[in-house]
Amino acid sequence: MSTVRLALRTILSMKQSVKKQRVNEKLVMDTGDIARALTRIAHEILEHNKGVTNLALVGIRTGGVHLAHRLVKRIQNIEGVSVPIGELDITLYRDDLALRKNQPVLRKTSVLFDLTDKIVVLIDDVLFTGRTIRAAMDSLIDLGRPGEIQLAVLVDRGHRQLPIKATYIGKNLPTSREEKVQVLLEENGEEDRVVIAKP
Amino acid sequence: MSLKRKDLLSLAPLSVDEIKLMLDTADSFKEVTGREIKKVPTLRGKTVVNLFFEPSTRTRTSFELAAKRLSADVINFSPSSSSVVKGETLLDTARNIEAMQADVIVLRHSSAGAADTLARGVKSSVINAGDGWHEHPTQALLDLYTIRERGLGFEGLRVAIVGDVSHSRVARSNIYALTKLGAEVRLVGPPTMMPWGIEKLGVTVYSNMDEGLRGVNVIMMLRLQLERQGRALFPTIREYARLYGLTAERVKLADSGAIVMHPGPINRGVEIAPDVADSLSSVILDQVANGVAVRMGILYLISGAG
Repeated sequence: MSTVRLALRTILSMKQSVKKQRVNEKLVMDTGDIARALTRIAHEILEHNKGVTNLALVGIRTGGVHLAHRLVKRIQNIEGVSVPIGELDITLYRDDLALRKNQPVLRKTSVLFDLTDKIVVLIDDVLFTGRTIRAAMDSLIDLGRPGEIQLAVLVDRGHRQLPIKATYIGKNLPTSREEKVQVLLEENGEEDRVVIAKP
Repeated sequence: MSLKRKDLLSLAPLSVDEIKLMLDTADSFKEVTGREIKKVPTLRGKTVVNLFFEPSTRTRTSFELAAKRLSADVINFSPSSSSVVKGETLLDTARNIEAMQADVIVLRHSSAGAADTLARGVKSSVINAGDGWHEHPTQALLDLYTIRERGLGFEGLRVAIVGDVSHSRVARSNIYALTKLGAEVRLVGPPTMMPWGIEKLGVTVYSNMDEGLRGVNVIMMLRLQLERQGRALFPTIREYARLYGLTAERVKLADSGAIVMHPGPINRGVEIAPDVADSLSSVILDQVANGVAVRMGILYLISGAG
């Protein structure tokens, strides 16, 4: 009896500690919401472009890369075709390098297919000021001449500082500028979810 | 992590993590140098000054290319065409360059410690591109990068550095970095070209080349500085070539997958036989190609720590 009680107490305290970790965050999308949004975006990409001809997905490091891989899988399931995928590190194109005290860690860009005339769908997790997307577009254009660039994001939280608009949006999320929107993904050892972290 | 240093003067004080950060950053730039448009806008508006008091083609060109591929403006400053011949001191020259708002000064000088003196005297970042017989950090970093690119790990790696170690800043920087990373470093050369007490740096000294090369994974040849021949460090060039020249026969003494390195310029038929320099195990031209990527990485990291 006492062992059972002990085990129960342990489980309860574990649950509490998990809750404690999340006390400062507000859940806005759970695992199911993210999966459904991605499935819809995959369908929208195919509908908008009338299939997979010339289609390529390019994820922006690091969150966008994971989402791009998931979208490629979904498109494969729907159309039976695996579209080319690339990974973009936009660090070298940032407009705030001169303002920062320390340089951000560089990762690699890997776009192993020819971009010429491709319809490139850029993928990112959160669309905020639009500066990342500006950097990503400049970086893409240095790598080749895509026929068209589109943008898919899981969350659009507003507060744009550049005239940039997403083609495909998982969820529109009204936020205040001070709030932090985090997309946590299984690929990074987290349970899939989108949260607003309170300061 | 990020680099917290304003300058790159020497590899001796760097941590293993800092060295690895530099190699990883170079890796990202290697991808950029393989693109059709080999240029990124990262250092737009920054000015890099190559201040070279000693003749150099390779290192200066490599730095120039690295800076240009990062979109920085580059000025080459050489003493013969400047006021140095009129008696200006190093620090005054540098302060003048600084007054023109140089962000990074790349210095090559014949005196050990020149880069250090400069770094303490100016606000700009200083990169040591070789100071006397002291250090040549970017050369050693590109050597490390080339070793790693060939799939060799540093822990337990056996490296033979062969030649005039006394007068070699390349050797000194490599000794510091390789021993830090856990490699076993052997120095091979005539006793007249070995600095006294060099064993204190954790290296083993061999005067017999065949013994020194046995089983090594990396053979790093140093240039025989023919201009120093008058100092009677060895009787004749022919004798030196016979005792310490790298031939195909001698390469066979090393590990079967061993690579041959040389910082250039090479003296064919003196320290290295032509067929070895052109062989598949030679990575001499990879070193040159990697030099640009490594220097792009250093310029990037240094210019962040303002």
